[in-house]
Amino acid sequence: MTAVRTAEADRLSAGAGRAFLAVLYRDIYVTGKEIPAFLAQVVLQPLLLLFVFGRILTDLGYARGGYAQLLFPGIVALTAALTSLQSTALPLVIDFSFTKEIEDRLLAPMPVAWVAIEKIVFASLRALAAAVLMFPIGIAVLGSIPWRAAGLPLLVLIMVLGSLVGSALGMTLGTLVPPHRINIMFALVLTPLIFTGCSQYPWPSLSRLAWFQWLTTLNPLTYVSEGMRASLVPAVPHMRPWICIVLLVASLALFGTTGIRGFLRRSID
Amino acid sequence: MATIAVEVDGLVKRYPKNPVPAVDGVSFTVERGEVFGFLGPNGAGKTTTIGVLTTRVRPSAGRALVTGIDVVADPVAARRHFAVVPQRNNLDRSLSIRQNLLFHAAYHGMGRADRVARAQELLEQFGLADRADDRVDMFSGGQMQRVMIARALMHAPDVLFLDEPTTGLDPAARLFVWDRVRELRAGGVTIVLTTHAMDEAAQLSDRVAIMDHGHLLALDTPDALTRSLPGSSTLEIAVTARDASSGDLVGALGRLDGVERAETVDEGATVPGGAQTAPGAGAWPGGGGGAPGQDAAGAVRAGTAELRIRLYLSADAAGMVAPVAGLLGEQGATLTDVRLGTPSLEDVFIGLTGRSLR
Repeated sequence: MTAVRTAEADRLSAGAGRAFLAVLYRDIYVTGKEIPAFLAQVVLQPLLLLFVFGRILTDLGYARGGYAQLLFPGIVALTAALTSLQSTALPLVIDFSFTKEIEDRLLAPMPVAWVAIEKIVFASLRALAAAVLMFPIGIAVLGSIPWRAAGLPLLVLIMVLGSLVGSALGMTLGTLVPPHRINIMFALVLTPLIFTGCSQYPWPSLSRLAWFQWLTTLNPLTYVSEGMRASLVPAVPHMRPWICIVLLVASLALFGTTGIRGFLRRSID
Repeated sequence: MATIAVEVDGLVKRYPKNPVPAVDGVSFTVERGEVFGFLGPNGAGKTTTIGVLTTRVRPSAGRALVTGIDVVADPVAARRHFAVVPQRNNLDRSLSIRQNLLFHAAYHGMGRADRVARAQELLEQFGLADRADDRVDMFSGGQMQRVMIARALMHAPDVLFLDEPTTGLDPAARLFVWDRVRELRAGGVTIVLTTHAMDEAAQLSDRVAIMDHGHLLALDTPDALTRSLPGSSTLEIAVTARDASSGDLVGALGRLDGVERAETVDEGATVPGGAQTAPGAGAWPGGGGGAPGQDAAGAVRAGTAELRIRLYLSADAAGMVAPVAGLLGEQGATLTDVRLGTPSLEDVFIGLTGRSLR
């Protein structure tokens, strides 16, 4: 009897695994059909930020020559975090409130929480693709970008964690905020997130502005930006990498929990 | 194989901040291969009951099984055995029609060759083959409904839930859905559908459950339900009477030989174009100012009332017109409209709730 139960359980979990991959494939397939739209969504903003802050301001002499080198890791961090956040928040609001397209996936033979996890994984993949794209774009816009082979493991770890935290935060917001408030959410959350995340300035340099330095510690993007600097431009003063990793893992645990809870609340009455 | 496809026992669903349960102690079973219809007005608890059975609504109390699997304890296993066609279009707009079917099958773990073949088969059966690679946005409501049913059938469910399958469809699309339901039933698929159209419930269902305010009021075959009414046929009359005599009038009609029961019908139950119960009560749906009945009602003289009375008869309806007219004459009331009828599920609903379905 027990053996039969176990075999049945194995069969079910194998089915759930297949369902998970099929749902992930659906999202990748749909994005693959819309590559130009994807690029416009994820590349344009960081490209302009790099161009204006990294190129124009330094060329005109308003920023020092080295600024572009510390800005670049911050912009990669910003791209990863924001792309992932927007890849979960907005589609979930639309799916749950208007199109209901996600219902067919919620009825797939896998736990509903797995559908939420798939959304986080997929949004993170999008974000990683966007972050990787920033390297060639950085070379094109700035001429040269900071690069250290020794920093690669930390770079990958921070990019992956940053993308996951962004997706989980996006899921939390997308399932928490009522649909008619989504515009306000973007104004009240996204804009402060962009400017308090240390992507345009290194965190230790804020010591002269203590209240703002404290404020930036509330933004998980700060740890992504600082971690990226630690891996690419270690000469620039930065937060210790282990602190960034610990706080990113903690943020992921927090927002992952709230995001999946919110997703379940919206999926099951 | 078990003969019970769906089993619901003491089902209760309370939503937060709402003191009245949406579903309040509902129990029933659906046999394998049966078409089971839920009939009731909007808000009766039909969709919530389907929601529980399809793992989208967590019940507050009670048990719900689909093909013997507890949908609360093991929703993942249950989802392999049923499919849902929801009220609202929820097709994947980023995909073509064919891809909607293919991805649905992939979610259910069907192999590639199988799903491609089955999609083609269903697209042909549903008359969608020539437009299979179009995007969903280009389709009409009736076509979307076809696509949703075809998609639901991709993983060969044992039980198919259809929530208001024909609401908002034109008559041809409605008939198409009805035909598919009959075909599926012939193929051994168990079907649970909800509707607020009594003709749909009567036409399609082997058994009908009548729901209102979260309660299951009656459950039987359409024939047995209509036979359970006091009279097997009805006579619906509109009369102009003196206000004071209206109570006496209904009483007197009820005492006529061959009349089992007489009751006034509220204005919501009148057929559009028919006369109304009270002057000025013109707020019923579809009651445009230009309806002839409305004008008649509006023109009623002071001190008189326009009444609509339904008589449930043990005798033949046509033979009762003369005695009824005679009695009305004696009472000083004027007959303005007569309708003969055999009772419908709508009459059963009115008999059970005192209200009409809409």
